[in-house]
Amino acid sequence: MKSVNSELVIEIKNLSKSFKNLIAVDNLNINVFQGDVFGFLGPNGAGKSTTIRMLLTLIKPNKGSIKIFGKDLFKERLSILRNIGAIVEKPDFYGYLPAIKNLEIVSKISGHDISKKRIMEVLELVGLAERYKSKVKTFSHGMKQRLGIAQALLHNPDLIILDEPTTGLDPMGMKEIRDLIIHLSRDLKKTIFLSSHILYEVEQVANRMIIIYKGTARVEGNVKDLLNATNLAVTFEVNDSEKAKDILNETRWKEKLKNVSGQKLEFNIENHEIASLNKYFVEYGVDVYSIIPTRSLEEYFLKITQETN
Amino acid sequence: MFTLISIELYKIFRKWRTYIGFIAIGILVPIIHIAMIYEGKNTIDFMTRNIQQSFIFVGNLLNTYLISYIVLNSLTVHIPFLITLVGGDLLAGEATAGTYRLMLTRPITREKFVTAKFIAGVIYTNLLIFWLALMSLVVGYFIFGVGELLIIRGDMIIIFEKEDILWRFVGAYGYASLGMTVVASLSFLFSSLVENAIGPIVSTMAVIIVFVIISAINVDLLQSIKPYLFTNYISSWQLFFDQPVDFNEILKSIGILILHILIFFGATLIIFRRKDILT
Repeated sequence: MKSVNSELVIEIKNLSKSFKNLIAVDNLNINVFQGDVFGFLGPNGAGKSTTIRMLLTLIKPNKGSIKIFGKDLFKERLSILRNIGAIVEKPDFYGYLPAIKNLEIVSKISGHDISKKRIMEVLELVGLAERYKSKVKTFSHGMKQRLGIAQALLHNPDLIILDEPTTGLDPMGMKEIRDLIIHLSRDLKKTIFLSSHILYEVEQVANRMIIIYKGTARVEGNVKDLLNATNLAVTFEVNDSEKAKDILNETRWKEKLKNVSGQKLEFNIENHEIASLNKYFVEYGVDVYSIIPTRSLEEYFLKITQETN
Repeated sequence: MFTLISIELYKIFRKWRTYIGFIAIGILVPIIHIAMIYEGKNTIDFMTRNIQQSFIFVGNLLNTYLISYIVLNSLTVHIPFLITLVGGDLLAGEATAGTYRLMLTRPITREKFVTAKFIAGVIYTNLLIFWLALMSLVVGYFIFGVGELLIIRGDMIIIFEKEDILWRFVGAYGYASLGMTVVASLSFLFSSLVENAIGPIVSTMAVIIVFVIISAINVDLLQSIKPYLFTNYISSWQLFFDQPVDFNEILKSIGILILHILIFFGATLIIFRRKDILT
């Protein structure tokens, strides 16, 4: 999946932000094109939320520029925000007000004429139509998350910024959100900037992505290309690792063997090679108990995360 | 702007804490009324103890005006506390709830957002003072009726004819509203600095109490500071009960209170414009 359109929706140049001695974002450059579902990946504390807060003018950068829809964000803030829907971290609402009142407040200041019918439509879309009169303080985290998506979609914006939208959701809820993102992108042609620390989530929905760590970009590009360009790290669990090693001698597999640990042999191979290697082991009398693929991109991401911890 | 103000008023009046002030006044003033039914005569005797030998008092001295005058004296500390309950929560409450993110990612300027909140806070403050006036003057009227007002100003006892009193109360309550708006502005300023409403409430009350104590201590050094303390002007509603009324002094006090409001609100605007929203 390449960018759907070459028109830039978000253009971040040399963006930096620090809080006292802490550098949260350091010289970050990002381009998001129209129709993209752009994955913004990074471990906790990498600077994702700070970047998103700068995109939404909640935080002022120390350096750099942000253009959205081709306009300077800090000079034409109002006209830009009119066309953005966003969830920033966990969605918070006025708990003492019903869901519909919260959305009515948002609709009144959205810069658009939003009818009650539209409000009910988005509540229907996120599965909260039956609870529209309930006070938000009675909602579960998942329900608040869905209400957050409802407020982001209310004014039918062209750009949707979602900051970890599946945090705290159960697997069903996570899938629903992913399906919704795909629907928004594919059917409604929205540009989506999706922040997450879960590679799998981004992989499922995004066409382009960036991984940031300690405020700087580490990996950037087309999701498919990045995943294909990186070999798979595949672990074969066998009955006899010594025998397995012996039969690999003098074969092309030997140089792809990365590591042996107990009965586990780790190879750097591509996707289509897994079956051949498995067949090879079986033919030479080595029993294969399990094959566990791990993409090196995922490893890379995990490595970053572990370094953070 | 009107939409924003109406949203802010809606939010204020959907919160339970907003009604604490109205309920407190709704309970406190009738308690004073009941106490005065039983003890009012003793209070007047105490006030006039030094001149009872020389004068004979006739007419209804225990009336709604006297009680309203006593109630107005609660403005220095008690009513400010009720004001700060809401004023201190206006911005800090949004920070605590995390709802800055909901509001400030919309196409509204921070200046409009803060101004709308401030105006809503001022409206709440004025409604509370109006409620105080209503409870003390109107309810008192039905219980005690009207009559002459006897007050002690310094070493003087002044008695106002009943036809000469109501306008003074209108002026005094109007002035009180302005004085309480200064308190609301100060709590609003503190509210912009923190992320929890307790801080602004405590800070505003601390400032008021310290200023009142400084004003009350009769030491030359502290007395020289007194003209610079806004609390000194909050109690200037009493100027309406001078004979004759010094309107120049009232206008000067009004000017000083307005200046304080503008300074506190201006500082809030500057702080909030630069504020990074991290909650």
